Amino acid sequence: MKERKDDYQERRKHLENMSDEELKKYFYELAERIVDPLVEMGRNHTSKSIERSVLLRMGFSSIEAKEIVDKLAENDLLSKGAGHCVYRLSRDKEMEIRKAGLMLAEGEHIDYLQGVL
Amino acid sequence: MDLKPDKKLDIHKILDNLENYRPKRRGWTWRKKKPMKLGPFEYMQASESLKRSIPLPSASHLGGIDPQPDSVVTAEIASGRFEDDIRRFRMAAYHGADHIMVIRTAGQSHFDGLLEGTPQGVGGIPITRKQLRAQRKALDYIEEEVGRPINYHSYVSGVAGPEIAVLFAEEGVNGAHQDPQYNVLYRNINMVRSFVDAAESKKVLAWADIAQIDGAHNANATARDAWKVMPELLVQHAINSVYSEKAGIKPENICLSSVPPAAPPSPDLKLNLPYAIALREFFDKYKIRAQMNTKYMDSSTREATVTHVLNLLISRLTSADIQSTITPDEGRNVPWHVYNIEALDTTKQAMMGMDDMMSMLGIKDKGYLYDKKREIQERAVLMMEEILELGGYFEAVEEGMFVDSGEYPERNDDGIHREIDGGIGANTVIKRDENYMAPVTAHFGYNNVEQYDPAAKEDPAKLIDGSTFEKPDKIQYIDELDETDNVYLRLEENEKYRNSNLVKPEVEWLGDGVVTVDLFFPVEKKIAAEAALETGRRMNLKDVEVIHTEILHPSEGTRIQIKGRVDFEIDIDELELPEEIETIPEEDIFTYVKEHPIHVIAGTGGDDEHSVGIREVLDIKHGGIEKYGFDYTYLGTSVPIEKFVDAAIEMDADCIMMSTIISHDETHYKNMRKLHDYAVEKGVRDKLILVAGGTQVTPEIARKNKMDQGFGRGTKGHHVASFIVDKHKEKKNHEN
Repeated sequence: MKERKDDYQERRKHLENMSDEELKKYFYELAERIVDPLVEMGRNHTSKSIERSVLLRMGFSSIEAKEIVDKLAENDLLSKGAGHCVYRLSRDKEMEIRKAGLMLAEGEHIDYLQGVL
Repeated sequence: MDLKPDKKLDIHKILDNLENYRPKRRGWTWRKKKPMKLGPFEYMQASESLKRSIPLPSASHLGGIDPQPDSVVTAEIASGRFEDDIRRFRMAAYHGADHIMVIRTAGQSHFDGLLEGTPQGVGGIPITRKQLRAQRKALDYIEEEVGRPINYHSYVSGVAGPEIAVLFAEEGVNGAHQDPQYNVLYRNINMVRSFVDAAESKKVLAWADIAQIDGAHNANATARDAWKVMPELLVQHAINSVYSEKAGIKPENICLSSVPPAAPPSPDLKLNLPYAIALREFFDKYKIRAQMNTKYMDSSTREATVTHVLNLLISRLTSADIQSTITPDEGRNVPWHVYNIEALDTTKQAMMGMDDMMSMLGIKDKGYLYDKKREIQERAVLMMEEILELGGYFEAVEEGMFVDSGEYPERNDDGIHREIDGGIGANTVIKRDENYMAPVTAHFGYNNVEQYDPAAKEDPAKLIDGSTFEKPDKIQYIDELDETDNVYLRLEENEKYRNSNLVKPEVEWLGDGVVTVDLFFPVEKKIAAEAALETGRRMNLKDVEVIHTEILHPSEGTRIQIKGRVDFEIDIDELELPEEIETIPEEDIFTYVKEHPIHVIAGTGGDDEHSVGIREVLDIKHGGIEKYGFDYTYLGTSVPIEKFVDAAIEMDADCIMMSTIISHDETHYKNMRKLHDYAVEKGVRDKLILVAGGTQVTPEIARKNKMDQGFGRGTKGHHVASFIVDKHKEKKNHEN
């Protein structure tokens, strides 16, 4: 940030008459305004790490989760959710969750998912 | 496994059957404040005493009391070998740690995914499922042994945050660092990716009831002038805390990592106290993790300790829900065993020494302290206003607004600058489609589970009949991936020092052989350093290094501490252990002395003015022999050796007790020999019991120097009385 002398005394004029409580309240209002768009972004986006963390919770090892997520990312399916892809395959093809995931890691049934999701 | 104080923890047993081990509980545990009476004292800011612990050294004069503060106390332990760290956990727990934080190996935050197995780390350990599970298992046993829950903690940062958070939740980790700003500013990980990942990580931490610590303290370790970054610290704390709450973490699990930014010779309290108050006032619904200053740390362990005690003063003047401890050797190496323990003892000593201080003192609400506090808060508010004016957090980081060396609003154009589409993991987040779905527990954000089952909206894992959070048996455990770097190989390497008769000195790893030598040379610094290295080599040390230099005077002298390795080992079966002086029941002593009056001549021999030790062994007040009915004549200090014997003859005494402290040039042993010789010369040696005592006296060598017995450090009246009575009996029997 460009060099700037300490202009605290001028900048603070509008804060001068606030009580300690008011200042604190204002501090949190500003904090919320900074944070809210970040939270919103988090709500609507995902990442490879998030998707791998979903697969871990579904009972895959770290190595398997990586393979599945990489394969789905290559085929533009991550926006559907890696867990979603595994779940859908397992449901539609009536196979165990783990089996469905391991098949996806091998690149099998990708076309099927691209068709239905 | 039931741990016994006199048995070492068996690392093999920890590793056995690890694949089936499940942590016994989840979530963070606070200490409960519990005012209590211990010995003759009342403590207010105390917590439940431990079942087993090591009290402060001086507690030996106070009945061994070991008051524990009300704050959770942290030990940061990570030597690179988790198996060695486990032993240190146990030592730390005995000294009062109930929050064990393991530092991650260098570079893990840039690893895109999870590491597995037990490779050795650098400056920390690679955090893997196996290492976490082994350490949590060990702590599950250790906490039973000491009688207090121990929180286990590591870091959820880097490009694999969400996965690590899941791992922590599954493996019973209780505390975690999580702050996306840390990624952005100090690890150059892309800001968008860091915040998106953080939301998921935080949601997982919330489910697991893990206490979260933020990363704001890094700003003052990084900033050029740490005390100028104070307004920004409030901003960083606010961003992470509010973000965490919105991701689902309850306020009492959100902990602010706060360091007193300044350290002496700057006016410590004048800078740090207003800041500490400003922070606690703004963030009173969250918890404070009081970290110690690392920014102004050099190689002097003494200086670091004083700085840390001043930090503890700030904690007691304000508050600390978690009191961190920084080892005094952190300025020179990865912390060694003993310094972790010193840091814990420093904390316990200072906190209990300042117990209930604020019932006697008050914080002024006018004048410098108030004005300064308010100024820091206002500056923080102004900084947030400008962040919003610039367009938001990302834009402010792009502007280089953070970690500038100017005190906001002053700017020096030297802040950390990052691009929104720069850094590791740039452009890797993906927008979720309308039918995006994740069928697991604790998933943050948009999740269209209803498309499959409206009933699963509140419990997405229902779709897969439970995730690993509900059904830990679904967890896939990987043991080892690297055949050339794992715990079994390391254990094999130093197995001969584990539960065997061989020992080596050690600072961090079993059998590392490292020793330190503390030296003074009457020369200037440069020459002293070389002389010290040469001294180390001539002492047959390997890899000698200077670890600390202190000028006492530019020409008169320099203190140098060196470290080096010894390449021998000690066979403990070949050691001659000092005998323990047996005591006889006090009642028996009373009875015997009543029936057989015993007169003792006592004093400090030669040119020696020390009298504290002998008074303690003599006086009734200190539990000395007088208490048992012995009659004694105290000749005082610097008593000529002959005078002991002459007085004994004159008063028809049975025993001479000579104190001899000075050990320079073997004076203490020469005095013993002289006492014996003079008694022989006077023809009274057989009649008299001669005992010598002093801090440098060992019983064997005293006897070699013709004493009937010698008494060293830690001797009590009971020991001496027991010996005299036994010897007196023996002489009487002999006479008969």
